[in-house]
Amino acid sequence: MALAEITRTPRDYSLTGPEARHAVEAGLASAEWYHSDVPRKVMKDLMRRTDGPAIRDTAIWIGLLILCAGGGIATWGTWWTVPFWAVYGVLYGSACDSRWHECGHGTAFRTIWMNDAVYALASFMVMRNPVSWRWSHARHHTDTIIVGRDPEIAVMRPPDLARKALAFIGIPDVFQHFAILARNAMGRFGPAERDYIPEAELPKAVAWARAFVAIHVLAVALALATWSLLPLMLIGGPRIYGTWHMVLTGLLQHGGLAEDVLDHRLNSRTVLMNPVSRWIYWNMNYHVEHHMFPMVPYHALPKLHALIRDDLPAANTSILDGYREMIGAMLRQRREPGYYLRKELPPSARPYRAEFHALDNERH
Amino acid sequence: MGDWVDVCALDEIEEEDVIRFDHGGRTFAIYRDMEDGVWCTDGLCTHEQVHLADGLVMDDTIECPKHNGRFNYKTGAALRSPVCVALATYPARVEGGRVKVQV
Ligand code: FES
Repeated sequence: MALAEITRTPRDYSLTGPEARHAVEAGLASAEWYHSDVPRKVMKDLMRRTDGPAIRDTAIWIGLLILCAGGGIATWGTWWTVPFWAVYGVLYGSACDSRWHECGHGTAFRTIWMNDAVYALASFMVMRNPVSWRWSHARHHTDTIIVGRDPEIAVMRPPDLARKALAFIGIPDVFQHFAILARNAMGRFGPAERDYIPEAELPKAVAWARAFVAIHVLAVALALATWSLLPLMLIGGPRIYGTWHMVLTGLLQHGGLAEDVLDHRLNSRTVLMNPVSRWIYWNMNYHVEHHMFPMVPYHALPKLHALIRDDLPAANTSILDGYREMIGAMLRQRREPGYYLRKELPPSARPYRAEFHALDNERH
Repeated sequence: MGDWVDVCALDEIEEEDVIRFDHGGRTFAIYRDMEDGVWCTDGLCTHEQVHLADGLVMDDTIECPKHNGRFNYKTGAALRSPVCVALATYPARVEGGRVKVQV
C-alpha cells in the first residue's frame, strides 16, 4: 500500500475484528514494554502502600460532597444554589473517575476493603460496571493503545471532534454507559465484554449492574413523584453537568499520540497541572509514569516523575499547553488518520526502539 | 519432588521482599518474610507472563507489577483480580545462612 494511502486509512478499533488478529500476529498483544531504570530499593519505597493520604483525600471528598449537597438543597430555587452544584458536580462527575481508577488498581489505600468500598462508590458515580471495568482496565494496561486490543482508546482516528466536545457534558457517554449497565443488568454482554471478562465473573457483573440501575431508576422516580430536578442533581445528573473536568484531563492521557507502540513514552502524556486539578485527578497527569509503573500509588507519582523525567519526553507545562499540542495533532489526524505526534526525548533518555515505529507504519 | 537447590545467602534478600531465581530453564520467585522465613513460588504471574519479582511484598502477599493482582505467596492462593489461578509453591528453607528451595 502506498504511504499516502496508508496515512489516510481509518482504523477498526473493535476487539473482535481484523485489527485484533493483526495485533496478536505482530506481537503487540501482551508484549514486553519499555521501562525506565529505577533501582529496586527506590522502587520499593515508591510502591509502599499507606492509608493516610487516601483517607485524608477521601474524607475531604465526601465532606465536600455532603457540604455542597446540603448547600445546594438549602438554596434550591435561588441563584445561590449554582456554585454549590458547580462544585458538587465536579466532585461527583469528575473526581469519581480518578477514585475509580486508583482504587481499581488497589493502590490508593493499603487496606483492601477501603480500596474496594471507594471503588464501588466511584464506579456507581461514574456509571461503570465495577466488574467489567476492572477487566477492561487491566487490558488497557496490558495493551495500551494497541488497536484491536485496548478497549479504552478514548480518541480514535480519525478523531470526531464534535463528539469529543459533547463529551464535556457527558453526551453521549452517560447514556451509553447507562445503556450498558441496563444491558448487563439483564444478563447481556457484548462480544467485546466477553473478550476481556472471564465467564466466572459475569454473575457478579450482573448483580452490580442491577444495583446501580435500581438506584438510578429510584432517583428518576423520585424526581417524577416530586416533580423536581433535585434528586437528579444529586444522583446521576453530575455525570452530565460536572463531568467536564474528567474529560478535560482524560483526553490528554493519550490523545494525538502513537498507536501500536510498546513504549509508554510514545503513547502517553505527562502534563504538569495546577494543584486543584491534580487533587481532583489524583495525580493521573503523571500518565507516562503511571503506565510504566502502575504499582506506584497516586501520592508517590510526583516523586517518581522527578526520578525518571530525564528518561521521558519533556512534560507539557500546563493543561493549555497539552491542549495546544493535542488539538493540532487531532486536526491533522482528521485528514491523515495515520499521523501521530512523536514526542521528542531529551539527550539523557534511552532512545526509542526503532522497531516500534516500524510496527506502527506497517499496520495500515 | 525435585532436588534442594542453593539460591543465595539469606541477607541477599531484604526483609519483606522478593527476588527472581532462574533454574533449570524455569523461573521462580523467592520471598523473605519479616521473621526470616523464606518461601518459593513460580516466578511468573498466572494472569499474564510477568515476573513477580518486580512486584511488591506486603505481609503475606505479593502484588503483581502489571495489573496489581495479588497472591498469598505462602499458599499460592489468588487473592485479588485479575488473577484467578493460584500460584504453584515449592518448599524453601534456610540452612547455614543460605536459602535453599526444592524445585
Ligand atoms: S500479569 Fe499479574 S495481574 Fe496481570
